[in-house]
Amino acid sequence: MAEVNTDDGGGSGKHGKKRAKKSSTRIDMTPMVDLAFLLLTFFVLTSTFSKPKAMELTFPVDPEKKENQIKVKNAITFIMTKDDGLYYYNGEFYPPNNKDGMPPTTLSKTNFSKDGLHKLLLERYEPTLKEIHELEDKYKRKEIKADTTLKRMLNEVKGHKDALTVLIKADDQATYKNVVDLIDELNVCLIGKYAVVDMMPTELELLNAENTK
Amino acid sequence: MPKIKMPKSNPSLDMTPMVDLAFLLVTFFMLTASARVSEPVVVDTPSSTSDKLLPENVIMISVDDQGHAFFNVNNYDVRIRTLDRMAAQYKVTFTDKEKAEFAKMTSFGVPIVPVPGYSGALLKDYINMDENARMAVKSPGIPTDSLHNQLGDWIQFGQIEAAKQAQEQKNKAEAAGREFKYEPLRFAIKADGKANYIRVKEVIKVFTDRKIYKFNLITNLEKGDE
Repeated sequence: MAEVNTDDGGGSGKHGKKRAKKSSTRIDMTPMVDLAFLLLTFFVLTSTFSKPKAMELTFPVDPEKKENQIKVKNAITFIMTKDDGLYYYNGEFYPPNNKDGMPPTTLSKTNFSKDGLHKLLLERYEPTLKEIHELEDKYKRKEIKADTTLKRMLNEVKGHKDALTVLIKADDQATYKNVVDLIDELNVCLIGKYAVVDMMPTELELLNAENTK
Repeated sequence: MPKIKMPKSNPSLDMTPMVDLAFLLVTFFMLTASARVSEPVVVDTPSSTSDKLLPENVIMISVDDQGHAFFNVNNYDVRIRTLDRMAAQYKVTFTDKEKAEFAKMTSFGVPIVPVPGYSGALLKDYINMDENARMAVKSPGIPTDSLHNQLGDWIQFGQIEAAKQAQEQKNKAEAAGREFKYEPLRFAIKADGKANYIRVKEVIKVFTDRKIYKFNLITNLEKGDE
């Protein structure tokens, strides 16, 4: 096809002598190339490059009991709702007219953008982040020798009782993506203490009031 | 005046380097390709910054964007054993052919015995279908509610059988004097980003009810935008 044979037939004219036809040493490779590219296209299209990645998540052993145990000062609770809505409140939850005489908790709105959630977390987590960075600096300056020591110390700092504790709650209309995004953001901010827990009815009431606003 | 003769150029060109390259690429793709498994549902997982690879030995629950749950075990052997246990539990019989077919399948999302409000294909029918017909089935998901918690049983039996199989392999390896490497069984949840979290929570509850608290959430690797 691509080969044009310019040989005029072995020179059978002049002397009338028959000579062996000089055959071309080249073979027509076109069909083979066609096939090669066909296969190439096939494999390019069918191969999957992105291997699935996995994010580890541990759930509290007994969510309800655990939630009562969390009486930490430094806590932040995120509540996710429809249309990627994200609310949070600091510390403990106080319903209106509670017996402790505390002002009722109000929800603050934030969002999943860099200036929303990420900034908020960094601000709230700053003291621990500072310690984490100090430890890492020490490791770089070889004051901490083994990386296992570093890991242990980092875990200690992250799990300290004054470190920020994040509670993650989602209502019926939140999507799974929201939850994963939030957990991912916590991982990015190196937050060690977080738990996905169920919503309390009082919180749900507050959220519904906020949603219908 | 003599005419200037243009040299007759040969229209064929040397394709050898191109062919070399093409075959090199073909070889590369053939060796790296892992055949894409056809899943009954498309699950568009959300992205995260986690770069951990998914473990091999895994019981995977997929949740599609409608919130239907699908069950999958990677291990061929464990699949068949789990099916046996489920068959005994729910008093359904499967032929050897059906079992072999089941082992070849990927995830599935049909109940093993009828549940109220669903009259479509059951697992037995589903196994006997050919691949195209399976794709056409609108899977209702494996029931997870407390009355018909089939998903829970699948998980439980899968876990038991995986442990048994690992033990058998360990015994065999020890008898042969080989070192036994065991990758512990993990539980993975592959949910669609658009799925309602409440549906994922139900699946998680099935796990936590069985004292399984550690999961791998399957995500895509996030493309950095910073």
